Amino acid sequence: MLLAVLSGFILCALAPWLTRSFGERAGWLLALLPAALFVYFLTWVPAIADGESVIITYPWIPGLDVNLSFLVDGLSLLFALLISGIGTFIIIYAGGYLHGHEYLPRFYAIMFAFMASMLGLVVSDNIITLFVFWELTSITSYMLIGFNHEDKNARWYALQGLIVTVAGGLALLAGLVMLAVAAGGEYTLSGILAAEDMHAAPFFTGMLLAILFGTFTKSAQVPFHFWLPNAMAAPTPVSAFLHSATMVKAGVYLMARLNPAMAESDLWFYMLGIFGALTMLTGSVMALRSTGVKAILAYTTIMALGTLTMLIGIGTEGAIIAAMTFLLAHALYKAALFMLAGALDHETGTKDVTKMGGLRHVMPITFIAACVAALSLAGLPPLFGFIAKELMFEATLGARGGMAVFTATLAVLSAIMIVAMAAVFALRPFTGARKETPKTPHEAPPSMLAGPVVLAGLSLIFGLAGFIPAMAIVQPAVAAVFGAELSVELYLWHGINAPLMMSILAVILGLVLFWKWDTVLDGFKRLTFIDRFGAERGYERFMDAIVWVAEWQTRILQNGYMSNYLLVIVLTIVGLTGWTLLGHTDTPMPLALADVNLYEAVVAALVVAGAVFASVTRSRLGAVATLGIVGFGIALIYVLFSAPDLGTTQIMVETLTVILLVLVLFRLPEFINYSSAGTRVRDAAVALSLGGLMTLLILAVNDATVAEPISDTLVAWSEPEGHGRNIVNVILVDFRALDTLGEIFVIGLAAIGVYAMIRFRAEDKAQ
Amino acid sequence: MTGMDSLILRTATRFMMPLLLLFSLFVLLRGHDEPGGGFIAGLVAAVAFSLYAFAFDTRGARDIMWMEPRMMLGAGLFIATLSGIPAIFQGRAFFAAIWWPVEVPVLGEIKLSTPLVFDIGVYMVVIGSVMAIVLALAEAED
Repeated sequence: MLLAVLSGFILCALAPWLTRSFGERAGWLLALLPAALFVYFLTWVPAIADGESVIITYPWIPGLDVNLSFLVDGLSLLFALLISGIGTFIIIYAGGYLHGHEYLPRFYAIMFAFMASMLGLVVSDNIITLFVFWELTSITSYMLIGFNHEDKNARWYALQGLIVTVAGGLALLAGLVMLAVAAGGEYTLSGILAAEDMHAAPFFTGMLLAILFGTFTKSAQVPFHFWLPNAMAAPTPVSAFLHSATMVKAGVYLMARLNPAMAESDLWFYMLGIFGALTMLTGSVMALRSTGVKAILAYTTIMALGTLTMLIGIGTEGAIIAAMTFLLAHALYKAALFMLAGALDHETGTKDVTKMGGLRHVMPITFIAACVAALSLAGLPPLFGFIAKELMFEATLGARGGMAVFTATLAVLSAIMIVAMAAVFALRPFTGARKETPKTPHEAPPSMLAGPVVLAGLSLIFGLAGFIPAMAIVQPAVAAVFGAELSVELYLWHGINAPLMMSILAVILGLVLFWKWDTVLDGFKRLTFIDRFGAERGYERFMDAIVWVAEWQTRILQNGYMSNYLLVIVLTIVGLTGWTLLGHTDTPMPLALADVNLYEAVVAALVVAGAVFASVTRSRLGAVATLGIVGFGIALIYVLFSAPDLGTTQIMVETLTVILLVLVLFRLPEFINYSSAGTRVRDAAVALSLGGLMTLLILAVNDATVAEPISDTLVAWSEPEGHGRNIVNVILVDFRALDTLGEIFVIGLAAIGVYAMIRFRAEDKAQ
Repeated sequence: MTGMDSLILRTATRFMMPLLLLFSLFVLLRGHDEPGGGFIAGLVAAVAFSLYAFAFDTRGARDIMWMEPRMMLGAGLFIATLSGIPAIFQGRAFFAAIWWPVEVPVLGEIKLSTPLVFDIGVYMVVIGSVMAIVLALAEAED
């Protein structure tokens, strides 16, 4: 299992090399891996169909108790089969679609990385590894949407998709951690699902909302749906694979996965039910007003994702059966349709359905496959999509708590529009008179037809013989989501009942809508408010607001004046530390002046005098010299209190300071006092407040012992453990070597920063 | 930067340089038992190189450093990080110390160890950082 998940990452590294070596045929060769994975997952089917679920654990970070544990049950197997099966055809298809593309090797590399991440996501048992894979899919998706990176729009939309899904990912991480805490520190899905009393956790609502924020953004639910159509900037194989069949279903997967633990919650029911239904309707309406082949499919994908969410929310036995059937049906027909859309675009050079026509003679196989897949999309018999839609209608009627009317109405409305758009997709480009297109169309190459034909064929076979998918995969998947064993039977004919009536109504009205589609399109064109007030505007406003806040706080806190920086830092220290100190007024602060020796007092007086003179003098050289007195005085104090290391370091630092000052002093402008008297009084007050605070603090900590001082232990260990008598050095290079490493990195970075500033300035002047 | 062109300073520097550098090595190596260590030793060496840059010129200072300061900085970080790794192969924590006491005639026992390697890394980082700034400032004046 570990190999199955990781093999994609391995091939990701090899793919560029293989693509270059095998050129033309690389797609067919590379497709062997997902095909092998598909066969591997198929071998699991008999065991899983018997109701087994298997957990395989590999230690990963034993110190943190993070295991690479994989859970294979009906749900993960369904997804794994879809990912590897559809992935096989996508890899072959990409070889034809991106034939001769300069970046094809890179494309395959990212594609395999994605495939491995997605597989990892659906088979992970540990929720931390699940999260890691989840984020990996977001990142690979970002790279694939922005694949045509010379296109400004592609870059912008890639970033948009990334920001939306990763923002959700952050919330999801918080939600998953809360979930684990609510389950009593259980970080495995199997453990969480077995945990009891989760709903009693005080943060249950927050946890639920955090998780749903993650799944809704990933699965493009309203109001986060806008990134998905924009993600169509990616090459079509990516849209077919990531943005319809797999990645966007990660959210659905997680909701389905957690359903047994959450289904009791009313919040879960209403959130999923309402947002799912609204997403379903939004997707349908937006599909109706689109003319691009990929845009139509993207919005119908949003419709499907909404439907799935709604069905999981409804959560009855029938709804879960409908959800899993719909999931399978959608993956089959939507991947096929996307690949056909890519073929149309590839052959004609346009994406606009209104600009295509009469292609049935030149692209007959494409036409037939499109008809079959579109019939499944529209939910007509004898396709598998029909079974899924009938079940869906039935499930919406069974929703509890007064939701049935709402969900059923929205389901019929969206079904009408989907029928119309399926007809648009399958008939518009192929029938009627031939239209002039930018490229002269031919039938697509075999590599681009293999996927659509097989997948559309499966839609037909599964429709006619519903018992095959029912027993092999839908039933175990439903058992996993529903959390109980039950038997699933899928038939085309359910008798004359309400769902059938809803279907007939949807088909008739849908065909009317198709007939009047051009009029409808004109009508939509006048409704420009959708673009002005859509969710995407909200996203843009939000991003603008972040930039505005960043600029504002930079202006306030980091305005480039040294004095301002110091002021902020000092006031923060005084405020926070002073506040804490105020809470401990009972701390004794003994001023044992009797113990002070005369020479100590003299040195201290010298330091104070130097500091005062340095801050009032108008001579730079004088200030440097008196600061030197302060520094050497402090070195002397270190020596007096037997800290020779500190003393030596202080002396060396003072010496270097003088050297540096010599280098910069004569380059500074003339000494002019710009600050007003008021500013100087303010600065003096701030400086004195810090001095006073530090004095109080030292007096307080001198006497207050909170815990056994660590220094005793370190002194005792220095010789036997650290093999050294200089405790300071032993601490620096042995006991706390990691801290020192961090510090020398800081020193190094600071030095490079200073170096860069000096050099760039010199170069600027030189120009 | 050309130096200060002072005969006294130059002559004194010629005598001081080897002593200062030797002293810095001495401070570095004895640091584990007596006051000293990589940080102080690095500062001493940096002061010595700066002195040379003042007395003669920055080019000369670069020449006797046998390494570009930024390079030395990076090498120091690299060596310091590297010194933490051997312990991993013994199945112990990153940066756990490993000791090889070696008996050398005349000098007596010398304690070779990963902390010593680490301290040499610190030494190089300090020299590299200070000299990168000092030399850049000195050369930027025109």
